[in-house]
Amino acid sequence: MNWLFDFPFIIRINTNAIDRAVRSFAADHAAFFDGIKAGLTNFVGAINWLLNHIPWFVLVVLVFFLGWKGHKRLRSGIAYSILLCIIGMLGLWGLMNLTLSIVLAGVTIALLLGLPVGVLLSGSDRANQAARPVLDMMQTMPVFVYLIPAVIFFGMGSASAVIATVIYAMVPVVRLTSLGIRQVDAEVVEAARSFGSTKSQMLFKVQVPQALPTIMAGINQTLMMAMSMVVTCSMIGARGLGNEVLIAVNRIEISRGFMAGSSVVILAILLDRLTQGWFSGRKNAGDEQQ
Amino acid sequence: MSEIIIETKNVSKLYGVRRDEAAELLRGGAEKSEVLKKTGVTTALYDVSLRIPRGKIFVIIGLSGSGKSTMVRCFNRLNRPTWGSIIFDGVDLLKLSNQELLEFRRRKVSMVFQSFGLMSHRNVLGNVAYGLEVSGMGREEREKRARESIALVGLEGWEDAMIGNLSGGMRQRVGLARALANDPEVLLMDEPFSALDPLVRNDMQFELLSIQRKLGKTVIFITHDIDEAFRLGDTVAIMRDGRLIQVDTPEGMSTNPADEYVRRFINSADKSKVLSVRNIMITPVSLIKPGDGIDHALRVMRKNELSSVYAVDGQMKLKGILTLADAMRAKRESLDLSEMIVKDIPSTSPDASVEEIIPLAAESSYPLAVLDNEGRLQGIVTKASVLSSLI
Repeated sequence: MNWLFDFPFIIRINTNAIDRAVRSFAADHAAFFDGIKAGLTNFVGAINWLLNHIPWFVLVVLVFFLGWKGHKRLRSGIAYSILLCIIGMLGLWGLMNLTLSIVLAGVTIALLLGLPVGVLLSGSDRANQAARPVLDMMQTMPVFVYLIPAVIFFGMGSASAVIATVIYAMVPVVRLTSLGIRQVDAEVVEAARSFGSTKSQMLFKVQVPQALPTIMAGINQTLMMAMSMVVTCSMIGARGLGNEVLIAVNRIEISRGFMAGSSVVILAILLDRLTQGWFSGRKNAGDEQQ
Repeated sequence: MSEIIIETKNVSKLYGVRRDEAAELLRGGAEKSEVLKKTGVTTALYDVSLRIPRGKIFVIIGLSGSGKSTMVRCFNRLNRPTWGSIIFDGVDLLKLSNQELLEFRRRKVSMVFQSFGLMSHRNVLGNVAYGLEVSGMGREEREKRARESIALVGLEGWEDAMIGNLSGGMRQRVGLARALANDPEVLLMDEPFSALDPLVRNDMQFELLSIQRKLGKTVIFITHDIDEAFRLGDTVAIMRDGRLIQVDTPEGMSTNPADEYVRRFINSADKSKVLSVRNIMITPVSLIKPGDGIDHALRVMRKNELSSVYAVDGQMKLKGILTLADAMRAKRESLDLSEMIVKDIPSTSPDASVEEIIPLAAESSYPLAVLDNEGRLQGIVTKASVLSSLI
């Protein structure tokens, strides 16, 4: 009765051959991948250098002002700057800068790729449908799976971490950019066309500004997804707060884990609220013109 | 310059794959629905030939699905006809290159939309200046011309307002200002006032007429409202199921409708059919009860300068009418008031149409009593109010 309960048709996949092929591909094109790796590592390094050369109090004051002006409440500014100070007081300022530089590098690249892709997809129903399963896969594939090829091609370190972050975090900005542009009122688009707009005038003067709230929501989501990759990326040698969590897990050091984990949470909250506040602040400024 | 600014010849717009078969059927006079069933082709327009005179208001009227919106979008090539030609001032619109088409849209035509089509991220000035902006005009010049255009539609002082804060009527003024800003030769208006409430619509119609008379633009106006069509149109074209039925002046169309469909359409403009008695009845100034004394009845009539007064019981049920002459006689001969009340009087219900009660009102020597199902008096209709409702 085994044929009834065991699935009878099993394809024997030669996993070794696939692995070998990928490895030799990586080896054959090492120069290419090393080039990308060097570029990414330098990019992360540059951001980190910049963050390390901003005096801590400047960053605290900056967060205070962004929180205050963005949310129009003095209270928010004070709360956010205190939260930032907590990370510093836990002695994790330098690690925070490391984490932040990987996240910012990943988000920058994700936006540089994702925004144009989103715009392209908005223009064609067929492309949108074709892209859908790919986007679903990028988002639902267990993130650890990205780490394996990333390590093979780019080795351990921040370059692999950035690549994995980009793949995982790019999805929302692509989706929401495409959705936002599609949702622009058809009559507004028709009106713009009737006044003789070229395609690029239509895009930059009408569609993107009209879709901006949705696009901004996508950017915010991308930022949050990148933050959620912080600990995972530490498994392939990304240093920073995530690595601190990983060490704590390996050594079962509860307090160390909580300190680093809380810092990750604080950083995520700050990035989320400050970007949201910046956008809604802009919107309010628009309303006040009346 | 010729008198005709746009001429369309045999313009058709079909959606679907088996268009040639559909054309064959349509040539044989098949209906839109029949063609759709047999070939799966949707007929938006079939064989429309129009000559649109310069400097006049040309109204295209039809129900939804008649092809009127498709037609107007052919004039600025938002739609490209499947067959036929559109000659605009000697230029064949279907032969324009992409660049020429952009220039054509920027200089020669502009359009006003039913739901305004305004950009919420720009203020009034930014919206009005949009057409000039995409045509590459410098900021100072385009804002100057946008302000003139805004003044023309009576929106001075609102230049910096955001679109979200304007009422429907004001939004459509912005739409009109935007369309006028690039000084087009032809203004296309696709049911521009349908989304507005009736009072605002009247204002806007008046506004459009006065602007058109002032600037002498050619206006192609789409509507489904025959009143609006006759009020605005120098020429009216009526469409049905993608075909052109009749083109004429409003007077010509009223006196000489091409077929039964046009006649029904025009009759729908006849107000007496849509108004009901409820809309025109008035509340009686005064009432008496059968038990009231003669002196009281006479006092009521004298005070309100009436020649007759209605009598009702405690539940407002109509008992009849007492005329001044009868009341005088009752007083002279000391008769009882209740004997003098005329019981056989004309009455109607509040839901009757005005057209139904015209003969009744014409014959009766008293105002008509409006009664509900239980015979209670709701109001009265005088001859004067019937007449004034028809104007």
